[in-house]
Amino acid sequence: MKSCIIDRCIRTCAVLAVLMAALAVGASAMHIAEGYLPVGWAIAWGVVCVPFVAAGLISIRKKIEQAPRAKILLAMCGAFAFVLSALKLPSFNGSCSHPTGVGLGAILFGPVAMSVLGLIVLLFQALLLAHGGLTTLGANTFSMAVAGPIVSWAVYKLLRKAGAPAAVAVFAAAALGDLLTYVVTSVQLALATGDGMLKFLTIFAVTQIPLAIAEGLLTVVVFNVLEKYSKSELQALRVV
Amino acid sequence: MKVWQKNLILIALAVLLAALPLWLLPNAEFGGADGQAQEAVQELNPDYEPWFEPILEPASGEIESLLFALQAAIGAGVVGFVLGRITKRPGDGKKNEEAN
Repeated sequence: MKSCIIDRCIRTCAVLAVLMAALAVGASAMHIAEGYLPVGWAIAWGVVCVPFVAAGLISIRKKIEQAPRAKILLAMCGAFAFVLSALKLPSFNGSCSHPTGVGLGAILFGPVAMSVLGLIVLLFQALLLAHGGLTTLGANTFSMAVAGPIVSWAVYKLLRKAGAPAAVAVFAAAALGDLLTYVVTSVQLALATGDGMLKFLTIFAVTQIPLAIAEGLLTVVVFNVLEKYSKSELQALRVV
Repeated sequence: MKVWQKNLILIALAVLLAALPLWLLPNAEFGGADGQAQEAVQELNPDYEPWFEPILEPASGEIESLLFALQAAIGAGVVGFVLGRITKRPGDGKKNEEAN
């Protein structure tokens, strides 16, 4: 059983490495369009993400061992990100973007576990929807599945340490992780273009503010239900 | 306050947040932020040529919305299934077994 999971981890890593080499997959921000990052940046962001995804596979295995009944919650965290990142919502500056949904999983399972789930969501969108892209998968993974979840997780832990109620901590964690994802996207594009930081921040981050708040609210909705009905799993995962 | 009451308020707020821009900005285009970023790259760097094309592109706007709807439906199905399982009242399953 154990060795089977390790096998699967290794195989997944191998596939990822091959994908990245073959397609020169690059960075990982939320949705930088296919081909819109120069090759160097594309590869660099891809490489940066590899350790996080690898650590995520190991971390998921450990968490499942530690709290076997939480497996179903992991599936739900992945599905939650799937739903939210399919919803393109209007924003107050007259353009559209979508939430990421990775905050919930980061709070429950830690940031690197979400790197794996986020990568799956991004792959689906890049392959089938021509949304994002394979060459920008690395950059998009970094922003949505590495940086965002780390911020969500850190904000949650900090606020809980400071004595904030769980719901408040969850809201802030999900909203800030969502927002930061798009700040990172803007920085990635500005770095690659060599200019236009303010422009990209206006396009991505400003659009995202109300969506980040909406994601925060919806994450609290799910968390409220978990807190009532799955308290023992949350305790096993050391969330509450 | 009960959990479902709290959640109803939170969901209503989220819906309001998504609907307000449509109401407040009747003339806005509501184009995608990712498309605007592509334009910005071209503006800042007119010589930039995207060097890779999507392998599969949805055949039309309809097909694209089909796939996005499918993504949301699969996700919502799984979320609903899991929430249904964890909120099931203890004893529900047993009653059925006895009935059989």
